[in-house]
Amino acid sequence: MTEESNKGIFQSLDWWTIGIYLILIVWGWFSVCGASYDFNNPDILSWENRSGKQIVWLCCSVGLAVMLLMIEKQFYIGSSYYLYIMMMMLLVLTIVIAPETKGSRSWIPIGPVKLQPAEFAKFAVALTLARYMDEHGFRMDNTRQFLHIVGLIMLPIVIIIGEKETGSALVYLSFFLVLYREGMTGAFLFVAFSLIVYFVVGIKFGEEYIPNMPVSVGEFSVLLMIQLFTIGMAYSYCPDKQAITVMAVVTLVATALAFLFSAFVIPFNVCIIQVICLGLSFAYLIFLTFYERVLNYVWIGLFCVLSTAFYFGSNYLINNIMQPHQRIRIEVLLGTKEDPAGAGYNVNQAKIAIGSGGLHGKGFLKGTQTKLKYVPEQDTDFIFCTVGEEEGFIGSAGVLLMYLLFILRLLALAERQPDTMGRVYGYSVLCIFLFHLFINVGMVIGLTPVIGIPLPFFSYGGSSLWGFTILLFIFLRMDAERHVKDETRRGGG
Amino acid sequence: MKEQDFGYRKYVLGAIAMVIVLLYVARLAVLQLASDEYAGSAKSNALFNNVLYPSRGLIYDRNGQLLVYNQPTYDIMVVTNEIEDLDTLDFCHTINITKKEFDKKMRNIRNLKGYSRYTQQVFSTQISGEEMAVLQEKLFRYRGFYIRKRSMRKYEYSYGAHLLGDIGEVNQREIDRDEYYQSGDYIGKNGVERSYEPELRGEKGVQVLLRDSRGRVQGHYQNGEFDRKPKPGKDITLTIDSELQKLGERLMEGKAGAIVAIEPSTGEILCLVSSPTFDPRRMAGKERGRYHAELYEDLNRPLLNRAIQGVYPPGSTFKISQGLTFLQEGVITTSTAYPCSRGFRFRGMKVGCHGHGAPLPLIPAIATSCNGYFCWGLFHMLNDREKYKTIQEAMTTWKDYMVSMGFGYKLGVDLPGEARGLIPNAPYYDKAYKNDWNALSVISIAIGQGEVCLTPLQIANLGATVANRGYYITPHIVKEVKGGQIADSLKQKHYTKVKKEYYDDVALGMRRSVLGGTCKKANNHWYEVCGKTGTAQNKGHDHSAFMGFAPMNDPKIAVAVYVENGGWGATYGVPYGALIMEQYINGKLSPGSEAMAKKFQARHILRSSAELKAIKERKEREAKAREEAKKARLDSLKQGKAVSTKVVKDTKAPNDVKPVNDVKPANDTKATKDTKAVTVPKDNKDPKASKVSQTTKDAKDTKDAKGAKPANASQALPTDTLRLDSLNPQNQIIQPTSSKQP
Repeated sequence: MTEESNKGIFQSLDWWTIGIYLILIVWGWFSVCGASYDFNNPDILSWENRSGKQIVWLCCSVGLAVMLLMIEKQFYIGSSYYLYIMMMMLLVLTIVIAPETKGSRSWIPIGPVKLQPAEFAKFAVALTLARYMDEHGFRMDNTRQFLHIVGLIMLPIVIIIGEKETGSALVYLSFFLVLYREGMTGAFLFVAFSLIVYFVVGIKFGEEYIPNMPVSVGEFSVLLMIQLFTIGMAYSYCPDKQAITVMAVVTLVATALAFLFSAFVIPFNVCIIQVICLGLSFAYLIFLTFYERVLNYVWIGLFCVLSTAFYFGSNYLINNIMQPHQRIRIEVLLGTKEDPAGAGYNVNQAKIAIGSGGLHGKGFLKGTQTKLKYVPEQDTDFIFCTVGEEEGFIGSAGVLLMYLLFILRLLALAERQPDTMGRVYGYSVLCIFLFHLFINVGMVIGLTPVIGIPLPFFSYGGSSLWGFTILLFIFLRMDAERHVKDETRRGGG
Repeated sequence: MKEQDFGYRKYVLGAIAMVIVLLYVARLAVLQLASDEYAGSAKSNALFNNVLYPSRGLIYDRNGQLLVYNQPTYDIMVVTNEIEDLDTLDFCHTINITKKEFDKKMRNIRNLKGYSRYTQQVFSTQISGEEMAVLQEKLFRYRGFYIRKRSMRKYEYSYGAHLLGDIGEVNQREIDRDEYYQSGDYIGKNGVERSYEPELRGEKGVQVLLRDSRGRVQGHYQNGEFDRKPKPGKDITLTIDSELQKLGERLMEGKAGAIVAIEPSTGEILCLVSSPTFDPRRMAGKERGRYHAELYEDLNRPLLNRAIQGVYPPGSTFKISQGLTFLQEGVITTSTAYPCSRGFRFRGMKVGCHGHGAPLPLIPAIATSCNGYFCWGLFHMLNDREKYKTIQEAMTTWKDYMVSMGFGYKLGVDLPGEARGLIPNAPYYDKAYKNDWNALSVISIAIGQGEVCLTPLQIANLGATVANRGYYITPHIVKEVKGGQIADSLKQKHYTKVKKEYYDDVALGMRRSVLGGTCKKANNHWYEVCGKTGTAQNKGHDHSAFMGFAPMNDPKIAVAVYVENGGWGATYGVPYGALIMEQYINGKLSPGSEAMAKKFQARHILRSSAELKAIKERKEREAKAREEAKKARLDSLKQGKAVSTKVVKDTKAPNDVKPVNDVKPANDTKATKDTKAVTVPKDNKDPKASKVSQTTKDAKDTKDAKGAKPANASQALPTDTLRLDSLNPQNQIIQPTSSKQP
């Protein structure tokens, strides 16, 4: 490309996003100052302190961003597959050469700094997905192609789990949101969502019983949900509404009668009836498959059976197979047990830090909870505590809203892409940020499990900051090229 | 095509993002805005109050002589979490403990309430300066161990243990009562240290420090905005003359009892000697616990401050109060004379007296300490049915006089644990004699025997009242609190119910007693001494007492002396009183007096604790043997009766009870009272001599129980500071019926 076209590209850059990006990294730096404050060395600009180092990482990121804006989209079209392969090899290499740090092998020391390849692999996977789905003739409902995509996503997950960095691996699940946008059936997301709901509800209310009945609240409601979800999915995916109505009425009426019988006549476990109903529904759906020759019935039948199996299986797993400490972690997370000294310590201290911030917060560098290291990992994964403590509700809600603005802006940018490649890549960026925000802030305020992933632009560390910067600025460059004619672009590829 | 199909899904994704963010914002609102709970938790996490101890106030005597001061001492603190590579043996060697002791201490620390691995715990207290110096040098090798500076009480002299008191670590009850204290703080446990605790202790300061998650201090919270400097305790000047106190304690060596001297014009206590005593220096420091236990076990009860906690029959010193009462009530005039033929004799009742001319008027009666005179006086007062409708009314009048002179209630001295003594009143006798008593039943109270009990302080106060000719100022021990004030109640004048002119009369009697009566030995050519002896009858040796003041006009000092089992008043009481007066008024003892003081100092009459213990054990053994013998006899009787008829067995049953009663120890007050009730017959209008003498004997037994011989009761008393009178059930009888305090 010529100098001239580069100039045009800088004019069509999305300065909104860049502005938000700059605000977030500066805001993040101030938080790192509070979180990494060292009483013996109160100079926040000193290289000895993480706040001082973070300045260097910030400057590097900005330089990196400028460089990335120079690289044309064409380059990625040509090289994304190679980048993917290189990155996967690097990830595998990491397992071999990385020394064990905090139980995982994901950091490669290079001189004074340590790099985490898992943070850089994201953009390669995103580019590859975008490139693959941009191919002519790609169809989401083509099972072979769909499985290719799933494979592309699952490969890094498997390798990173091998590095024992489960948190970073889970981030790759956010690509499924992208697939949803590109036409993957919502049923997958719904199934995933409902499995989480079964798990949470089943564990949380498993020990509670309906008064005067030998029926566990958790078990009853999970089975009822499976019944309702099965009926609901059958309604939306199957043509014969009448046949489904018959199934719905029979199973629900049977359950209701059993419930009333148990409540007023002879108390017994209603769940037995529910399981029988689910079995009958499955048989009925299989029958309909052959009778009406529609494959969807099978899937719904499978959903019904697998949901039930999943529920009982996870129960069995937790009560009979898991180690006590693992079980406690899950129970603490779900709020059925309190354990502020053990598994719940981080989250409890994080809540104290945030809660003590109040409306205005304690002021810059005045947060006692974070400055005195009560919250573990507070300058990396738990950085949001510092925001909450020093800047209060105003600051922490401000950060969240700034992120919302950022994500919605990315959504708009992704939607205005002229081709699938740009859109898929844009959505990948968006979904990765959303997933990080969801898990990271959620765990700090005690709503999601403690999964060690950073809060983009806030958590201390060069690798994550650079990883996110690369991810974002490749997309911004693509976005800036949106007016360039498709034909010119495709010329070389 | 595809894009159009699924374009709506951008809204789904946008909605997901919005829902997540809004949900999180709501959650933040709940955490940050809804309650202060988390703010409190953050504070208790991070803020660490480092207490700064103020220096305790110093104590001086009335002449500005320093008596009690502070000396730095050191505590060893440990943070168990920080202990690393400790060479335990070397450490133990450095601080002179064994490995076993070390392990025990560490175990104790871990079991403490409120133990934390991250904060300093007390490992060992009151390390001396030398030990500390050694430890300090090696401290860098013992990670996790720290030294904390505290201060310890030091005593210039080994005198005045009871009045100075001591300090010790607060107990849970004291912490509950006053939130100022925290576990490990020191508090005054006795004497002035206790009664002036709020003044002496000062006010603790605090540094609000930031403590990180590993318990390390990281600086001052808000740059020290909430720090407070400690306020040092106020210095206190006592009314005590340390030279006088020293002389008193020397004189009391090897004897039990008390010497109290008061400056009559101010109520200031010049000396407050209680014997046996102990060394206050050993009550501070590491030795305290062991020493305290040792004293607590001592059957002579050295921890008891006999000067204010011992209740004794005042003996003849009490006659002064009787003379005053009779004069004021018009029972007698100075010219009224009563007969005394070797005592008071009436209808077979006899109270003995020594030989002297008779009949006598008041002044010579005081001088010779005539028992007959005062018995007749009380007899006439109680039987004066023109003036008092009933004997109860007469008794109540009498009691009111006694109370107005400061008897029967606490005087209100500014020391803890003062006893109130005992002044019987009408309801008391009604109850004891089942409403059947007369003047003869109680006649011995006229001569300071019977139920009457006073503390040595109250006796000295009687002397001060006479010296002042009719009033006293609450005796007190603190003259001045630097930068503070002493209570108004300590400056108040209390007038008795007797007019000044009558006081002049008894003062003259007391002067005569010195010039030519029982107190001749107290006479000297420097100043006019007034005095009165007392010999309190006792089962063993009588108690020797003296009460007096000098000079007669413009009195400077009033003294009470009480020597347990000292014999005649003139044996110890008079010379002691004279020496104390001489020391105070002349500022020193003449060579002759000094020689006498030395002689008395060397004379020991007190039995050692071990001896007392042996006697007690022997008695217990005997009592037990008797009881067993009796039981064996009863058993054999029962077995013998078992074969005989039922009727005989039934009649025998009530008789079984009595012999068991007899076995009870003689000093059991209740038993004595029971016997008394039995001995005075219900229809006794005309008491037989034998029976009355029985009564007086009983009364004497009662006295013993009240504390004249506190050693006997020591086992029953729970603490050293407990007042003797609180154990005495008779006091509880008088309490509700006594009308008012003077």
